[in-house]
Amino acid sequence: MVVESKLVNPDKQIDCTGLFCPVPVLKAREAMTQMAAGQTLAMLSDDPGSEADMRSWTRSTGHRLVDVSRSGCVYRFVVRKSG
Amino acid sequence: MASAETEPDRVYVDYAGFAPVDPRVLAVMRPFLEAGIGNPSARHSLGAEARESLDAARMKVARLCGGAPGGIVFTSGATEANNLAVKGVALRARVPRVIISAVEHISVINPCRDLEKAGGSVCVLPVDGDGRVDPGMLRAAITPDTALVSIAAAASEIGTVQPLKELGRVTRAAGVPFHVDAVGALGRVPLHVESMGIDLLTISGNDLYGPPGSGALWVRPGLRIHPQVLGGGQEGGYRSGTENLPGMVGFGVAAELMRVEGTHQEAARLSALRDRLAEGLLEAIPDCRITGARGARLPHHLSLVVRGAKAESVLLDLDLAGVAASSGSACASLTQTTSHVLRAIGCSPEEADGSLCFTLGRWSTASDVDAVLDRLPPIVARVRALTAPLHT
Repeated sequence: MVVESKLVNPDKQIDCTGLFCPVPVLKAREAMTQMAAGQTLAMLSDDPGSEADMRSWTRSTGHRLVDVSRSGCVYRFVVRKSG
Repeated sequence: MASAETEPDRVYVDYAGFAPVDPRVLAVMRPFLEAGIGNPSARHSLGAEARESLDAARMKVARLCGGAPGGIVFTSGATEANNLAVKGVALRARVPRVIISAVEHISVINPCRDLEKAGGSVCVLPVDGDGRVDPGMLRAAITPDTALVSIAAAASEIGTVQPLKELGRVTRAAGVPFHVDAVGALGRVPLHVESMGIDLLTISGNDLYGPPGSGALWVRPGLRIHPQVLGGGQEGGYRSGTENLPGMVGFGVAAELMRVEGTHQEAARLSALRDRLAEGLLEAIPDCRITGARGARLPHHLSLVVRGAKAESVLLDLDLAGVAASSGSACASLTQTTSHVLRAIGCSPEEADGSLCFTLGRWSTASDVDAVLDRLPPIVARVRALTAPLHT
């Protein structure tokens, strides 16, 4: 399915491991500015607070948080840019 | 918008974001920048002079917080002091377990998150609707392996002052070191490390009208911490690097001025101005409310949530009208997220969008308050009208 492939192969991926709030969200925001509506961004973060931050950010910006997964201490967020 | 000819007087009500440096502080700092008195570790006579000046500054800062001068570790500011307190204590523990409140500054939260990543654990205490920590809840949260309790004297976004004496009694009884981030509170509300059972205290120089880039962590003598900046062993080995002598001398003078002048009268003056601002705004702006405590509150601090008016737009218009204010959290406004402090006190994301913060200071006057009372209500009305369909 298209949705699944976007989860596995997003249009763009950024690695924010090792960084802390607010930098992962800022980097995600910056990456979004170079993307088209409907494209997906995957962001990796190991900041324990990043899940709450990403949920809050997508809620306030209208982007859609389509997937949150976790491998060990690293989160992977997939966000679809709003139109 | 004001034209060049009618440009309104600038009004500064963002003292918590940055405080202007007191000219008397600047005057004392100047010779230290110009006359080549530099390195307190140097063995020549200029070094001895520098050492004396540094020790005098240490004494003045210690006097303000009521602690032993030997406990002062000079840092580059409050952020570094908070990092040193949290990681410095926790990293000496076998199992780093730290208790913080849900309304801490990001410079306490992020070192805690770093500890979590390294296998430590962090317990975040909830707060009540005013942002206050319940000492009973703290007592229940302390376990035998708790290495540190870190609770700010006042939450900078909402101004609520914590019941430090009661919290200190709890940590003292449990034998757990108690760290207090005193930014905003020191010199403005009663704060004394000895009588409050505080073991580590974060101080910002700029918060006291001293130079930016100056700060300190007071550490109770006898309490060992793990240094975070390694090098030549300055500051008792807790913070290496040649001391910022002009900055610390200025910090010392600022602390002394705060101790002498930041008295009950100054707090009463500021709280009277703040109360007039609060009452005027609540009367002139419908559907807005104060966040944080009404009584146990920093005297210079007013925070509000204004429904249906995004703070970003209001602050931009206020700036154009000559008023420099803030939303309370630079971090949240930068990332377009809801501030964790407002979340913790139960604000909805929509409500938190309209968060405004006004902080007064040494040079604030009644005419500053009048200017905000005059300029803010029409701005809020205009912003609300622009987003009227969203404001129901």
